[in-house]
Amino acid sequence: MPNSVITVERLSKRFGDVTAVDEVSFSIAQGSTAALLGGNGAGKTTTLAMLLGLLLPSRGRISIFGEDMLRHRYRVLPRMNFSSPYIDLPHRLTVRENLTVYSRLYGLPHIKPRLARLAHELDLEGIFNRTYGQLSSGQRTRVALAKALLNQPELLLLDEPTASLDPDSADYVRGYLETYQAGSGATILLASHNMSEVERLCDDVIILRAGKIVDRGTPRSLLDRYGRQNMEEVFIDIARERYLEFGVEPRKVAK
Amino acid sequence: MSGYLARTIGSFRRIAAIVLRHVYLLRRSWPRILELMYWPTVQMILWGFITLFFVNHSSWVAQAAGILISAVLLWDVLFRGQLGVSVIFMEEMWSRNLGQLFVSPLRPIELIGALFTMSLIRTIIGVGGASLIAIGLFHYSIYDLGLPLIAFFVNLIVMGWSIGLIVSGTILRYGLGAESLAWIAIFALQPISGVYYPIDVLPPWLQHVAFMLPSSHVFEGMRAVLIDQTFRVDLLVNALVLNVFFLGGGIVAFLLFFRAARVGGQLVQVGE
Repeated sequence: MPNSVITVERLSKRFGDVTAVDEVSFSIAQGSTAALLGGNGAGKTTTLAMLLGLLLPSRGRISIFGEDMLRHRYRVLPRMNFSSPYIDLPHRLTVRENLTVYSRLYGLPHIKPRLARLAHELDLEGIFNRTYGQLSSGQRTRVALAKALLNQPELLLLDEPTASLDPDSADYVRGYLETYQAGSGATILLASHNMSEVERLCDDVIILRAGKIVDRGTPRSLLDRYGRQNMEEVFIDIARERYLEFGVEPRKVAK
Repeated sequence: MSGYLARTIGSFRRIAAIVLRHVYLLRRSWPRILELMYWPTVQMILWGFITLFFVNHSSWVAQAAGILISAVLLWDVLFRGQLGVSVIFMEEMWSRNLGQLFVSPLRPIELIGALFTMSLIRTIIGVGGASLIAIGLFHYSIYDLGLPLIAFFVNLIVMGWSIGLIVSGTILRYGLGAESLAWIAIFALQPISGVYYPIDVLPPWLQHVAFMLPSSHVFEGMRAVLIDQTFRVDLLVNALVLNVFFLGGGIVAFLLFFRAARVGGQLVQVGE
């Protein structure tokens, strides 16, 4: 794929007898918003963790911005960031302190105005001096997103970016991600269970099941292929292995 | 600016960022500061009164009245040094923050640098506070040891860091279920470190084991200063050489545990 930001080749991860990710290959084009879609245990979070270098693959290659992630991870990490509701920030530090620490970890200049802008854009001003542990789960999700945007990443990996948000806040965050992506040209890869989110944000959907890629396409092409009205119905078809009825063979769909 | 210099400055900035994170935490939490001073102070008071008793009942203690208070304060340098590394590392695990840290440009070796810095700060607060109270309560100043005190302090805290790294790596790899190691591991070495008695009290075979520890050379050195008014350079050199191996071993062990955690997924799922 030309101008691909992420290239994954035959990526596998085994935990003892369990194969969490099984010979997965895909590329993500620069400036696209892609989704890893799949049920619980499909391998989405494991794949994201390997892309980030938090988890070492059992085999396979990961290249990000043309760099081998297994060998030159620290050349790549300053250009990317990550948010997940399953990885916290220190609870006893205020939002301001947490974001200050991470700004310094990324070596960012002009931290105060940067934080002020993010606080304004993500509606964090009212909670900026509260400790992270005092926040609701929705507020924590917004703070985690602010942390992920601190270094204006060229590649943003998001694990369930609107988990725990009420519909209004979730809509705001999706709108913010669209604006950020359009303004920065960043590449976004997200793992999500939220089908309307995927339909709205993503132009490339990779569907995982039991660690394998079972289908891939734009939301429109997937809806057409499965003859469905929305991605939720497509998700259920795949969860119930109906993809086989549509002649889709696992591992033969990666671009 | 050369690439090497830029990378070095970047490393120091990231170490400073992690130190700042823990200074924020310490500043906000008075129980944490109290805990730093509590145990060294209680121990010092206990051994202070024991000293008052033994000065009249033991010719050995009577030779140098501060020998037991010095021993307890120096032992706490070792213990606090180790605990400083392990507890600061566990703070990251308790707050489920490791995953966030290691998707930033922070390198494991930089985290180690931050752990050492925080351990130093915590040890100075804890043992420094207790040493000042010792002056008020027992009219004994450990600072009377003079320059050798610096040599003792450096050797003990470095040994504490080494053990702290091994404990932290073990907890990272095997989960928070192993966290009690942070509070008990060091005490396995206390009987053979000769903290309160000379090493020659031990059986000959155990003396060989004892002299493989930097701490035993430090406490022998402390007694030489207090009883014989002699600074034993040979003991200092022994401790320094052993500490090179201890520190190298601790860092390598932590990095191996860190790699094992990346294989096993412990950076993503922190728990018991």
